[in-house]
Amino acid sequence: MTIKLYGITMSTCTAKVLACLHEHGAEFELVPVNLQNGEHKQPAFLAKNPFGQIPALEDGHLTLFESRAISAYVAEKFKGSGCDLLRSQNPKEAAVVKTWMEVESQQFSPAISPIFYQSIIVPILYGGTPNQTIIDESSVKLGKVLDVYEKKLNSSKYLAGDFYSLADLHHLTYIYYLMKTPYGKLINERPRVKAWWEDISSRPAFKKVAAGLTLGDKN
Amino acid sequence: MKLHGNPLSTATQRVLACLYEKDVEFQFVDVDMGAGEHKSEKFLSLNPFGQVPAFEEGDLKLFESRATTQYIAQEFSDKGTQLLLPGSNKTMAVLQLWKEVEAHQFDPPATKLVYELRYKPFFGLTTDTAVAEENEAKLGKVLDVYEGRLAQSKYLACEHFSLADLHHLPTVQYLMGSSAKKLFDSRPHVSAWVAVITARPSWTKVQDMVKQKV
Repeated sequence: MTIKLYGITMSTCTAKVLACLHEHGAEFELVPVNLQNGEHKQPAFLAKNPFGQIPALEDGHLTLFESRAISAYVAEKFKGSGCDLLRSQNPKEAAVVKTWMEVESQQFSPAISPIFYQSIIVPILYGGTPNQTIIDESSVKLGKVLDVYEKKLNSSKYLAGDFYSLADLHHLTYIYYLMKTPYGKLINERPRVKAWWEDISSRPAFKKVAAGLTLGDKN
Repeated sequence: MKLHGNPLSTATQRVLACLYEKDVEFQFVDVDMGAGEHKSEKFLSLNPFGQVPAFEEGDLKLFESRATTQYIAQEFSDKGTQLLLPGSNKTMAVLQLWKEVEAHQFDPPATKLVYELRYKPFFGLTTDTAVAEENEAKLGKVLDVYEGRLAQSKYLACEHFSLADLHHLPTVQYLMGSSAKKLFDSRPHVSAWVAVITARPSWTKVQDMVKQKV
């Protein structure tokens, strides 16, 4: 039975899981969810994710939601063949990977998501005007987080060590969208962060995902 | 093992609860936040984000409370309370899911409420009632999902107490001492779950540390 991922390619959270699936060459089926029609708030979808958010994953009898829980499940299930994004054989390395996964979750994401929401979602999905105060405040917070990254990336090639891990992967989709806005300068003006971004975004698995991150693209 | 932190900090309490559940030896090092110790060079070498807690075991340095509890629960899997769902990748994934729910659905509105309803009054600041009401509404919706879940499962991730439940303790405790208590009391399964998890002896030990500090 194939894994089913419910979501859409342009969603940051769905794409986070897609990147992980592609890194492992995993077979899966992407089942689109019609957000415009409110499909994610209907009983059939709420049975998969009671919070009514994409993505959700089904693997046999197992149903999961929360993109970071899904990607961790995928990374563990498909580890091997040279792909070890969790370093689970080495408890200390694994603990450091989890630490930087928490940093993405608790420090980075709360700082970047208001910038993404105001500069991309508000104008494109709602035809509204971005709240510049929120963007400016969040840019300051994100800058401080990225200053820590700049220092960390001085002593290791990737966030958790000299190996690419899920901690790095979880940053891909938000930064990709940030780089479409003027606030991409927050990445570009920090040389090590910029080099790290260029490295992780050039991975073939991510390039497949990036093709679907089309919010804000002019057709 | 050393845990550097402040007993009043929810994140520090999260790790303390885990250490007590595992019944392991550790040294608690009080960080003088009033004096800005958490922003000192020495502390920043433990946690570059300048936040409590920070954890040391030999040459391993960890921060972020939820990564630290995961490490402790795994490293001492055979000691004290079993806080994980070992057995298969699928059972571990269900645990991970409910830990993510705590971090991304529960914690954001709950932490804002703790700030408005507990922190601000304690420091003589004025509660923003609009923000409090907005976050009570958000937390209420999250707790509606919990009510549904706890009607089917004794604890959030499974039939036994796990890290997914433990991670809620510090913020739940603070909110139970505020007007937001009604959000928990008005949902029978949530209310029963709160009563059971806050009555755990390991949590009482953490509360004793809090009382000594205040």
